[in-house]
Amino acid sequence: MRHIISILLENEAGALSRVAGLFSARAYNIESLTVAPTEDPTLSRMTLVTRGSDEIIEQITKQLNKLIDVVKLNDLNVHGHSHIEREMMLIKVKATGSKRDEIMRLTTIFRGNIVDVTPNSYTIELTGTSDKLDAFVGSFECDSILETVRSGVMGIARGNSALHV
Amino acid sequence: MELSGSEIIAQFLKDEGVEYLFGYPGGAVLHIYDALFKADEVKHILARHEQAAVHAADGYARSTGKTGVALVTSGPGMTNAVTGIATAYLDSIPLVVISGQVPTAVIGSDAFQEVDSVGISRPCVKHNFLVKDVKDLAETLKKAFYVASTGRPGPVLIDIPKDITDPNIKIPYSYMPTISMRSYNPVIKGHQYQIKKAMELIKRARRPVFYTGGGVVLSNASQSLRALVQRLGFPITSTLMGLGAYPATDEQWLGMLGMHGTYEANMAMHETDVLIAVGARFDDRITGHLEHFCPNAKIIHIDIDPSSISKNVKVDVPIVGDVDDVLTSMLKLLKDDQDNTDQEAIKDWWKKIRQWRKKNCLKYNKKTKVIKPQYVIEKLYEVTKGDAYITSDVGQHQMFAAQYYKFDKPRQWINSGGLGTMGFGLPAAIGVQLAHLDQTVACVTGEGSIQMNIQELATCMQYQLPIKIINLNNRYLGMVRQWQEFFYEGRYAMSYMDSIPDFVKLTESYGHVGMQVDKTSDVEDALKEAFAMKDKLVFIDFITNREENVYPMIAAGKGQHEMELAPDSELV
Ligand SMILES: Cc1cc2nc3c(=O)[nH]c(=O)nc-3n(C[C@H](O)[C@H](O)[C@H](O)COP(=O)(O)OP(=O)(O)OC[C@H]3O[C@@H](n4cnc5c(N)ncnc54)[C@H](O)[C@@H]3O)c2cc1C
Ligand SMILES: Cc1ncc(C[n+]2csc(CCOP(=O)(O)OP(=O)(O)O)c2C)c(N)n1
Ligand SMILES: [Mg+2]
Repeated sequence: MRHIISILLENEAGALSRVAGLFSARAYNIESLTVAPTEDPTLSRMTLVTRGSDEIIEQITKQLNKLIDVVKLNDLNVHGHSHIEREMMLIKVKATGSKRDEIMRLTTIFRGNIVDVTPNSYTIELTGTSDKLDAFVGSFECDSILETVRSGVMGIARGNSALHV
Repeated sequence: MELSGSEIIAQFLKDEGVEYLFGYPGGAVLHIYDALFKADEVKHILARHEQAAVHAADGYARSTGKTGVALVTSGPGMTNAVTGIATAYLDSIPLVVISGQVPTAVIGSDAFQEVDSVGISRPCVKHNFLVKDVKDLAETLKKAFYVASTGRPGPVLIDIPKDITDPNIKIPYSYMPTISMRSYNPVIKGHQYQIKKAMELIKRARRPVFYTGGGVVLSNASQSLRALVQRLGFPITSTLMGLGAYPATDEQWLGMLGMHGTYEANMAMHETDVLIAVGARFDDRITGHLEHFCPNAKIIHIDIDPSSISKNVKVDVPIVGDVDDVLTSMLKLLKDDQDNTDQEAIKDWWKKIRQWRKKNCLKYNKKTKVIKPQYVIEKLYEVTKGDAYITSDVGQHQMFAAQYYKFDKPRQWINSGGLGTMGFGLPAAIGVQLAHLDQTVACVTGEGSIQMNIQELATCMQYQLPIKIINLNNRYLGMVRQWQEFFYEGRYAMSYMDSIPDFVKLTESYGHVGMQVDKTSDVEDALKEAFAMKDKLVFIDFITNREENVYPMIAAGKGQHEMELAPDSELV
């Protein structure tokens, strides 16, 4: 099953490579990984998306917790808890002739924003779940996509519970 | 107190109570060596190779329970140290390794003797640090000792760029006696509810067995283990790493388990209904084929590292905590409790175990003219009255030492189990002997392994270390040869060396005593003579039976109950 793991990490050089190294050394898979400092500059918040059986996910969280730089972590996909996840995408597409209106309509339907325009192209910003971004990408023909860049998933638990020190 | 970075290191080591520093100098650590020279507080032992320096620090740590400390230079010094660091990592041994690094300003420029030490060591350390500001140095050193020695112990590397140790930059220093880290809080106390659950299982057990490991030694829990096991009357076995935590001469002791464990230990594992795993990590040398592992057992597992629990084998009652703490709680519950164990069932269980014991699976033919390696170890045990520190290298000789020397005390048996590092034995013995100057230390080795760090004979001479080297010389990389005999139809590819040195002359050239023995009848006298030379290193080259195999053996992929015993033809 797919799991989103939120991690509070010491904001130190090398902390990220410890996490990445753990995954490669133990042959766990990483689907995506995002990281940035928090409001407390000594801490980084990482969101990691991985897949595995319950046993493997249990080992992954234990091994992550064992890293000295990991302060706290939370598996957002444990039973009985719900969470919000978002990913952001910037996508540059060919936009000429009648396509220009069509793309604008599509962008509105998906609640995206066109953030840059040239005579031949649009750059569109879109946030949502990964599925939504996939659907948006899928609505273009392959050769009309010039470039895409995605942030990877960020997640947060619903309700009052919060991951902080 | 205003000190430079290098003076801080020297002063800190003294304040931390470090007795020995094992190392080798080079450009990036010259400031540090100068400060150590001037301070002259911590005793520095000059090894002849960085790998050996780290193994010596490791042997010191294993035999004392204290943190071993090594100092190496940047680049090749650090890369040489990696095998030593990985050896300590796999066996959870507390070490602090200080490596020099090129100056901060040139890091990343492929400077002379620059390697990414933090990157290279990352997968084989518990944690590592790069010190980027001399103001962080003292705190980082403290953190390193704290992390290395607490929780599940392990090696910690501190990489220190040369400019950080500049003798001209002085800053205030004071020693921090304790430290805490928000991201590191090992669990010591076991969960009472889990402990109670475990005790319920234990009381209902009909065929219980204790499976103990290195964690008992690391936790200094021998006393509580003995008390609990004797109070319950259960059989006990141990991994290679746990030998000595429970006395091998005791009636309840079944011998080692696993690939080369005893018949009774492995059969008891196979038939047990309640397995009590204590500070052991279900290594593949123990479990054999996972499907056949303890098929009828409910499993209780005590371990300080949550990631050891249910890693290879799913357990029923996990208890995260320090072995000594948990066993003490268990004993207390037993004392408070009138209910006893199922005495009748336990009696029947012992009957069954005695049947297995009758196989006498470690039997071998003692009447041969050529020396049997097993015989040498048995005589070593007798001559040293079971009281020596025994270090070992890796191979058949290691297994023979584990099977035939009856360890009654923890920390008496020092070997590389997890990484299986040939070349460990002699340098480890250096650390052990320095830590126990008035005790007997012997290194059991093979002609292959000893050559991997033979240069340390010079270190032994420099520091006058009277180690006894027991070389079981079968003229083969025996463990490899055994596998080739069993699984490759006897094609002995590269398990034989065409050129083996004259060990007697070699030893003598380093200034020590060398002896060679090639007849069974001379073994005992030779050992007596060697151990009588209290202040000399003696290298005894025992010419042993060439194609001796280690039995019992569970072939890789086989179940615990599918052991192969020595063929009868071997026993006449
Ligand atoms: C040639 C060769 C053959 C081998 N054959 C065998 C064999 O036949 N049988 C055998 O047993 N081994 C054998 N080994 C060794 C094997 O590879 C493993 O090293 C060994 O089995 C592991 O022992 P262990 O489970 O006790 O774990 P260790 O590596 O000693 O691990 C200790 C465990 O205890 C935990 N721990 C540490 N401190 C504490 C504490 N304070 N409180 C609680 N828990 C703690 C740790 O988290 C860890 O899980 C062989 C090795 C070689 C090189
Ligand atoms: C550094 C290293 N290289 C290779 C091995 C693989 N290996 C394991 S046992 C062994 C043979 C050891 O030979 P020797 O020291 O003569 O001991 P014997 O088995 O003959 O008693 C080898 C090569 C190892 N464990 N360590
Ligand atoms: Mg050999």
